[in-house]
Amino acid sequence: MQSWFFTEMPYPHLPPMDELSTMRVTLQSKHFDPKIGADLYNRYLDEYMMADDAGLNLMVNEHHQTATCLDVAAPLSLAILARQTSKGRICILGNPIANRGDPLRIAEEMAMVDCISRGRLCAGFVRGVPYEVFAANTVPSRTVERLWEGIDLVQKAWTSHGEPFNFEGQFTHRRTVNLWPRPYQTPHPPIWITGSSDLPAIRRAADRGFVFATFLQPYTKVRQLFDAYRSAYKLNGQPGGGGTAFMPLVYVADTEAEAEAGMKELIWYMQAKTEPQYRNPPGYAPVDTNVEALRGAFAGRTDAMRAKGLEFQREQGVIMYGTPDQVIAQVKRFYDLVGGFDHLLMMMQAGFLDHKRTCANINLFAKEVYPAIRDLARTQPIEGMLAAE
Amino acid sequence: MADIQGWTLSDKGTAMDVKTIQGAKLEIERRGKGSPLLLLLSEEEQLDLASPFVAGLAETYELLIPHYPGFGRSERPEWVSSPDDISYMLLDLLDAEGLQNIPVVGLSLGGWIALEMAVKARGIFSKVVLVDAIGVKHGGVFDRDIQDIWTSHPAKVEAWKWHDAAKSKRDFGAMAEEDVSIHARNIESFARFCWDPYMHNPKLKRRLHRVTAPVQVIWGENDGVVTPAYGKAFAEAFANGRFETVAAAGHYPQIEQPAETLARTLAFLAQK
Repeated sequence: MQSWFFTEMPYPHLPPMDELSTMRVTLQSKHFDPKIGADLYNRYLDEYMMADDAGLNLMVNEHHQTATCLDVAAPLSLAILARQTSKGRICILGNPIANRGDPLRIAEEMAMVDCISRGRLCAGFVRGVPYEVFAANTVPSRTVERLWEGIDLVQKAWTSHGEPFNFEGQFTHRRTVNLWPRPYQTPHPPIWITGSSDLPAIRRAADRGFVFATFLQPYTKVRQLFDAYRSAYKLNGQPGGGGTAFMPLVYVADTEAEAEAGMKELIWYMQAKTEPQYRNPPGYAPVDTNVEALRGAFAGRTDAMRAKGLEFQREQGVIMYGTPDQVIAQVKRFYDLVGGFDHLLMMMQAGFLDHKRTCANINLFAKEVYPAIRDLARTQPIEGMLAAE
Repeated sequence: MADIQGWTLSDKGTAMDVKTIQGAKLEIERRGKGSPLLLLLSEEEQLDLASPFVAGLAETYELLIPHYPGFGRSERPEWVSSPDDISYMLLDLLDAEGLQNIPVVGLSLGGWIALEMAVKARGIFSKVVLVDAIGVKHGGVFDRDIQDIWTSHPAKVEAWKWHDAAKSKRDFGAMAEEDVSIHARNIESFARFCWDPYMHNPKLKRRLHRVTAPVQVIWGENDGVVTPAYGKAFAEAFANGRFETVAAAGHYPQIEQPAETLARTLAFLAQK
């Protein structure tokens, strides 16, 4: 099993929560102090480099118009890490290709990062969470079409090395596609994709050999998603060979009390406030789900989780914390419950969790936990995953 | 719930046709007796259809009421992405029905579709009634002509839309599942067609001079989505446009003040 360090690069220095109606989309930037922001960006990048030194792989993502995530251009942080780290793999999860609207620019950025990192890139693509459609002004019911058209174009651009080709799709038109540079890895970097409920989309990703990742879901749901993936998985010649990934919040400490204190800081992420209209823009969720919501039978995942205590969330596998032995046991239990998985993506920093405790979390995990789970059998043969130069 | 595409299209007490237009099955409803009138519903089509406004119109006219792609039980092909696409489908419908030079009443989104049809086919409409129509932009790039109902808090949106929000309340738990499903699908389709550009066609205003039929613009005095000033500017863009407001009504006067809205509509249509 591969382990990955992740932070959303939060900006937690806000007025009291009860004075804000939302931390997303319309939170005014007067609340952002650029001097604090500069410190945070540099601190977070330092923590990524530390995690690389400690032997973890690295994952970045992006969001827009939100205090929960200052990484608004993940290819930029990815580029910094490509140059400043040298050991582990670096994963972007992912490129919001539906919302960015320029797949070929993304293809170029990824190819360049892959070359700079000498083939350490995993290139993820995401549809984007609901509130992202507002910053990008993307029609919610068309984001899935945009995602797949974008991926198709990127893959073709990465793998075409002869005559330029023509592309006239629904959302992108080009008449001479001729990508420079080509990616370092052949035929291209492993492609990762995220999902939370759409089983046909998961099978489609599996059929194409992508890695499938899901975040912060209870183990019963994860099992269902991973089973769908495994049922359709095909080896399609991508480096690393596909697989499954899960992200919980993770905090490891010498004592359970310390770990619980750390987790209480991380849980800030789950409590981020969002006005209701940003959670379900019309057309983002299928009609069936909206019918359930209108009839009061559906409450959001985060809301449901939020209402329960730490112990419940730990039991569900959404958060993992404790002493190294406890976390090892939690990872192994989750692994068994979901039928095995290949990548543990860990949000190890969130909210006000400071540099010192973030470092302690990273180092203790790398030293005590990782060695004990690294050899858990892969659900898929993943060869050459660490075949960076 | 059942897949909406798989539903049996049935008669619900009014004459209901299913017409295949440009490859898509659309539900076309007929109500009333009299000379033909094209009624283009708002995004709140279920509330429109239940209103005395529609019942009243049907006493004088034979109403042709198309359910747009993605509304009601009409199919929504992938390629339909805007009111412009819908306008061509409905022009085909009128051709197939052998109808031209008939009056049209367009409510909100329906007003936009009516204008998209009118600028393409001079003579298709004898008279045009627009009720709190959307579809054009009068102001500059930094001006918000139409309030953003999708980015704003639901409480604000409700206050913009309704003079008396109680008129909008529905008990979804008590409604038939099919009807809740239609409601949810209508919301999705409205957003699909009107999200970007937001509730207008940037080209449409320059084309409005092609509407030479008399146009009656009727506006809810308390419409906060598109204000009466927006409606007045609309009326002034036509060669032959006039503007009236309805008191104690928001964005849907046909639902909040059906008698008053109906009286103004009928009076205008009756004028020689």
